[in-house]
Amino acid sequence: MVYSFITLLSSWAIPAIIVFIPLYAYFRKVPVYESFVDGAKDGFDTVIRIIPSLVGMMVAISVFRASGAMDLMVGWVRPFFDAIGVPSEVLPLGLLRPITGAGSLAFATDLIKQYGPDSLIGRMASTIQGSTDTTIYVLTVYFGAIGIRKGRYALKVGLLSDLIGFAAAIFVCYLVFA
Amino acid sequence: MVNIIWLFFLVAGFVVAMITGRIDEVTKAVFTGAETGVTVCFGLISVMVFWLGIMRIAEDAGLLDKIAKLLSPIVRFLFPDVPKNHPALGYIMSNMSANILGLGNAATPMGIKAMQELQKLNPDKETASPAMCTLLALNTSSITIIPTTLIAIRMNYGSANPAEIVGTTLIATIIATAGAILIDRWYRNRYARLHPIPPIPPSTSNRSAPKAL
Repeated sequence: MVYSFITLLSSWAIPAIIVFIPLYAYFRKVPVYESFVDGAKDGFDTVIRIIPSLVGMMVAISVFRASGAMDLMVGWVRPFFDAIGVPSEVLPLGLLRPITGAGSLAFATDLIKQYGPDSLIGRMASTIQGSTDTTIYVLTVYFGAIGIRKGRYALKVGLLSDLIGFAAAIFVCYLVFA
Repeated sequence: MVNIIWLFFLVAGFVVAMITGRIDEVTKAVFTGAETGVTVCFGLISVMVFWLGIMRIAEDAGLLDKIAKLLSPIVRFLFPDVPKNHPALGYIMSNMSANILGLGNAATPMGIKAMQELQKLNPDKETASPAMCTLLALNTSSITIIPTTLIAIRMNYGSANPAEIVGTTLIATIIATAGAILIDRWYRNRYARLHPIPPIPPSTSNRSAPKAL
């Protein structure tokens, strides 16, 4: 039941949005195609702007993996993760996610490349990466902009909810894909 | 923090390679890594260009404002200490609706505007107010309907069904956001109990703030 609902959601979400939005806009007298082209220009810039950070992170992670350091690190936590039934390969992604957006994106890409997008690890990596935002970055930008020095409990709340998101992503992937 | 992590990957990789004798693999990894970084980005272009085009249509049709209006009872509930009709609420709603549609570029300026408005209500300008913490919690867990970047990457690596993670991501992000809201509430109540706020004279700012978005 849950499985078929989530699968249905995955197949229908994108087509539904892509039909609904232009149709709705058309009835609101928006020149839909011109509007589309205008917005699409931003997509190009957005992607070009992330190339430097992604190249930097991708190199660092490739070096870390090729040297055997990744296997070493993942090996240390494997007994514990095996005990709770979680592939230990995704742990570094969970640790990177709250700290660096480019770093975790590079790591998720690396996992997808290594294990294949349709493997359990590849699907988990995709779900983990997509389900939360970069807590420390958000905190720095938002509080920095208004000169807040003491964040009270904001960091704790952000990191705890990242942990919840990480666990939820793994659990839901097991439920749907395993 | 990011600097340390980046350096850690490089240095740890180098040291381990020295011990395991895989230094040639490491040299190769530098170039394949850089290449992957660029090819992944180029793979992202197709999806991002299309998606941001669709999202511009949504913006021009006033869909963002529409979603913001639907969120207004939730926002009122999440920010009980922000006076009704205060401009902060309008920015918070815009920030949330941009996040939901995955428009990070639009969400951040709205979020910062909201923070600036909340700062006006904040008695201690260096310490985050509870409302600020709640706004931050919403943004760090940020509900996103379509994880476009990941779909594009999966597509590039030949996934049979790149979008199959939409459902799992949505469920996980909803759980994370619900968790963030609950934890934030718990800390907020605990903080209020431990640090009772001295009565503040009624703020004049809600009268001088005529309308929200």
